[in-house]
Amino acid sequence: MVMENNLSNEKRRLNIPWLFEMAWRDSRKNRSRLLLFVSSIVFGIAALVAIYTFGVNLKKDIDNQAATLIGADLSVNTGKLPDAATQKMLDSLGDRHSQERMFASMVLFPRTQGTRLAQVRALEGDYPYYGNFETIPANAGLNFRENKAALVDQTLMLQYNVKVGDSVKVGKVTFVIEGVLTKAPGQTNIASGIAPIVYIPLKYLDETGLMQKGSRINYSYYFKYDHPVDIEKLTKKLDPRFEKAGLNYDTVETRKENTGRAFGDLTNFLSLVGFIALLLGCVGVASAIHIYIREKIASIAIMRCLGVKAYEAFLIYLIQIVGIGFIGAIAGSALGTFVQHILPIIFRDFLPISVTTDISWGAIGQGVILGVIISVLFGLLPLIAIRNISPLNTLRMSYENINLLRDPFRWMVYAIILLFIATFTHLQIGNWLGSLFFTIGIVVAFLILTIIARLLMFIVRFIIKATWSYPLRQGFANLYRPNNQTIILIVSIGLSTSFICTLFFIQSLLIKQVTIAASTNQANMILFDIQTSQEKPLANFTQKQHLPLLQQVPVVTVRIEKVNGKTAAQTKKDTSMRMRERLFGNEFRVTYRDTLSPTEKVMQGDWIGNTPASGEIPVSMEERFAQRNKLKVGDKLTFNVQGIPINTRIASTRQVNWNKMQTNFLFVFPKGVLEDAPQFHVLMTHVPSKKVSASYQQSVVRQFPNVSIIDLGFVLSVLEDLMDKLGSIIKFMAMFSIVTAIVVLVASVRISKYQRVQESVLLRTMGASRRQILAITTIEYFFLGALSAATGILIAVVGTWLLARYNFDIAFNIDLMPAVALFLGITGLTILIGLLNSRGVLNKPPLEILRGE
Amino acid sequence: MESILNISDLGKTYQSAGKILTVLDHISFAVETGSTNAIVGPSGSGKTTLLGLCAGLDRPTTGAVELNGIDLSILSEDKRAHVRNLYVGFIFQNFQLLPTLTALENIMVPLELRGETNIRTRAVDLLDKVGLADRGHHYPAQLSGGEQQRVSLARAFSNRPKILFADEPTGNLDAETAEKVIKLIFDLNKEAGTTLVLVTHDLDLAGKTQRILRIKGGKLVSDNKTNV
Repeated sequence: MVMENNLSNEKRRLNIPWLFEMAWRDSRKNRSRLLLFVSSIVFGIAALVAIYTFGVNLKKDIDNQAATLIGADLSVNTGKLPDAATQKMLDSLGDRHSQERMFASMVLFPRTQGTRLAQVRALEGDYPYYGNFETIPANAGLNFRENKAALVDQTLMLQYNVKVGDSVKVGKVTFVIEGVLTKAPGQTNIASGIAPIVYIPLKYLDETGLMQKGSRINYSYYFKYDHPVDIEKLTKKLDPRFEKAGLNYDTVETRKENTGRAFGDLTNFLSLVGFIALLLGCVGVASAIHIYIREKIASIAIMRCLGVKAYEAFLIYLIQIVGIGFIGAIAGSALGTFVQHILPIIFRDFLPISVTTDISWGAIGQGVILGVIISVLFGLLPLIAIRNISPLNTLRMSYENINLLRDPFRWMVYAIILLFIATFTHLQIGNWLGSLFFTIGIVVAFLILTIIARLLMFIVRFIIKATWSYPLRQGFANLYRPNNQTIILIVSIGLSTSFICTLFFIQSLLIKQVTIAASTNQANMILFDIQTSQEKPLANFTQKQHLPLLQQVPVVTVRIEKVNGKTAAQTKKDTSMRMRERLFGNEFRVTYRDTLSPTEKVMQGDWIGNTPASGEIPVSMEERFAQRNKLKVGDKLTFNVQGIPINTRIASTRQVNWNKMQTNFLFVFPKGVLEDAPQFHVLMTHVPSKKVSASYQQSVVRQFPNVSIIDLGFVLSVLEDLMDKLGSIIKFMAMFSIVTAIVVLVASVRISKYQRVQESVLLRTMGASRRQILAITTIEYFFLGALSAATGILIAVVGTWLLARYNFDIAFNIDLMPAVALFLGITGLTILIGLLNSRGVLNKPPLEILRGE
Repeated sequence: MESILNISDLGKTYQSAGKILTVLDHISFAVETGSTNAIVGPSGSGKTTLLGLCAGLDRPTTGAVELNGIDLSILSEDKRAHVRNLYVGFIFQNFQLLPTLTALENIMVPLELRGETNIRTRAVDLLDKVGLADRGHHYPAQLSGGEQQRVSLARAFSNRPKILFADEPTGNLDAETAEKVIKLIFDLNKEAGTTLVLVTHDLDLAGKTQRILRIKGGKLVSDNKTNV
């Protein structure tokens, strides 16, 4: 007992420098392997650092260039013509001001006879006050205001082969094209591709004849202060008046915030994509360290025998992991800093400003810290097993597996990893529910792949037949033998395959949805902004062109004044009605008819098609919209129809199939109420070919210049372009996951080479031919690659089905060809890497390899 | 004479395929300080297990092991590790050198663990004593079996142990090299006044010790003093 007390007194102090020295010494012969392990996290860190740096530069550039995004100190816009009082208030603002009317209209290029729906902006004043219109020639942005001239978006000019000096017809007026608009303030390439802009002077707007009742016009006012004014204070003061008049406003600060937030969301989403690559890499690291520690059992046992305590042994290897994590994180950060130079090019079409590519030390710091934390966290899983390595292994190597699942530390590490993933995700997306779903999604994907891998290992044991050839038996057996790579490869390859495959599926699914609509007898051309007086002549004209009248619908613009007798202000006070707030701000386009359309089904209440002689007007509301706004059958709504209040009650809710190509409405009025309200009409038809489409559009624009046309064939090409551009960004980020999976694959195969070299050499010594060893390797990696890819594709199919069914609400009809190509590619690549790594064993004499190892 | 190792009623059982396997059964003996002892017996008799328990590498199922007055059977593994570092030296059949450390570094490890200073001089001295003064910077893989065992010997004596446990120290060596290593073990042991407990089935080697304990089927079947 006395001696034991002495022992406690002699407690050895933790000798940190010695632990570092031992970690360094112990790693001597394994450094290249350790670096190979850590290469798995390099690409994940690179993706994150690139995105972070891009985000930092973007934020800084938005801050620096925010004034040019809005072009003025204050911009005010509204969907209705301001009344006299509002106009008076507007006139009192700013030292200088400009105004703009924006609406969608067909434009015609007389020389080439091309027609297209464009975003027409009629401008008056010196806007923009900050930045300028980027035009060719450079002064066209100023000159067009003085003449009967227009600025036409670059995409439109190229598309219709129009040159400066040609003319463009907007409504009834023909303008000379003064210049090519390459960039308007705050405009992105992608937006101008979808809705190309044509600027005309405001003074000619009336002449165009496009300003008719019911036309959808946006009124914008731009203000510039030449003397110092606190705009934020001013707008805060004016806010109630703006709100009352239905005016929205934007200042440099709000634009800065909004743009920053929008791109913040995007970079956060992309950093999650990068994070998946990092997680994949970490699984690779954990697996590699697991094998590394197994190989170190003898050394650890010797150390324990000589008096090294369990936690000291643990710390020696933890130091190694921190070291390699640090090196990997530095390498990843360096690569990320290089990659961020490419990001502004990839995002070019989506950015409203030019983005710089300065080095962000903050982003690099984040990357390094994240790299170290995550490699330690994932390294801990195999490292904690060190605590259980007995010194007895020096006398007799024991393969007795301690039940690690009972180790509370192991569960603690799992919990910390999950907490870390959820917290990291929360930091990116800012909400816990989303983070929880992301974490659960990752865990489920990992679990599915792990279960499949284990299932494979279980099944393979039973299917191997003694009658099979030796290479076949051996190749199969390698899938489940000790130190196999089955789980790690199936998880890493499977996850990245499912990732890229889901992208392919969703992209093709969305495009196919539009293609189907464009190719069948469904409507593929929509004509809108048709005045009541034009309704019949246009219908007759369409029929004369032998085109069907698939649908003719009147559309009335309304606002909601009261919900169950409560105004917007009263609703705002009631926290239980927060959901309804948005009901008041927006304009709704409603229709009236006495029958349900084929895409509608009454879910609750009764459909009433005609207005009753007395009482409230029965309206029908779209089911999901009603649910979102906590409205039900029987609730009362007061609509403002161009100034006239109309009291209604919700008589029914309808389920609407929004996927069908036809006009659908949130609110449907019965016949007998809105017939005399200002309205426009929509006509839908089906054009059989591009040629018919072009000639029909030209004729409509000539005879009915205010009517706008959406050609679904054209929408399809725009959508394909958009999907391509969006897809390329996501694919670029997904590439990091794929590269990581390949690195994990290479690293795993290299590790398995260390594991298998003794055996291969033994086989070679016993006379196995080069062909036999190649056959064994090919079979093993064929199954690993094929099964990983197939599992990944299967997960992608299920994921796409879920997304199609519950998110996009579209038919699940995928194209399997890209999946087949992906399957073959990944399987081939796995075999290739497996074979390349076996070369060393095959090309050198067995003794040389044994000595080398 | 005072005993450095007291074994009383020692038993060790394992569970294997649902059955209890008794490896050591009620073994008791004491080892005098400074004596040389051999544990002999056929393969599978339990002698290596006994050595492991005596050295505190494992815990007995029953009974007690008292080393230098400390009851090892009640200590945690980390405390036993500390005891090993303070009082115990090891020599293994497979040499058990750390492959990533040079010969000199291998010898220094036990001293480094104790936080001693001037350890390099002592390690170099020991290397010189085992005849490997010029091989200090070689890694184990660059040394022959005999050389590795001599490094192992130098390491075992580096922390001036009170007791040295040797498990088949010549099992992996040729006769000539084995002879040299045995001479070294006994010479260094004598010089340092260390107690020696070795496990072997080489009766010639056992005959060089003062006492032979014979184990069979997990039981101590004889305990004889020799004429040494």
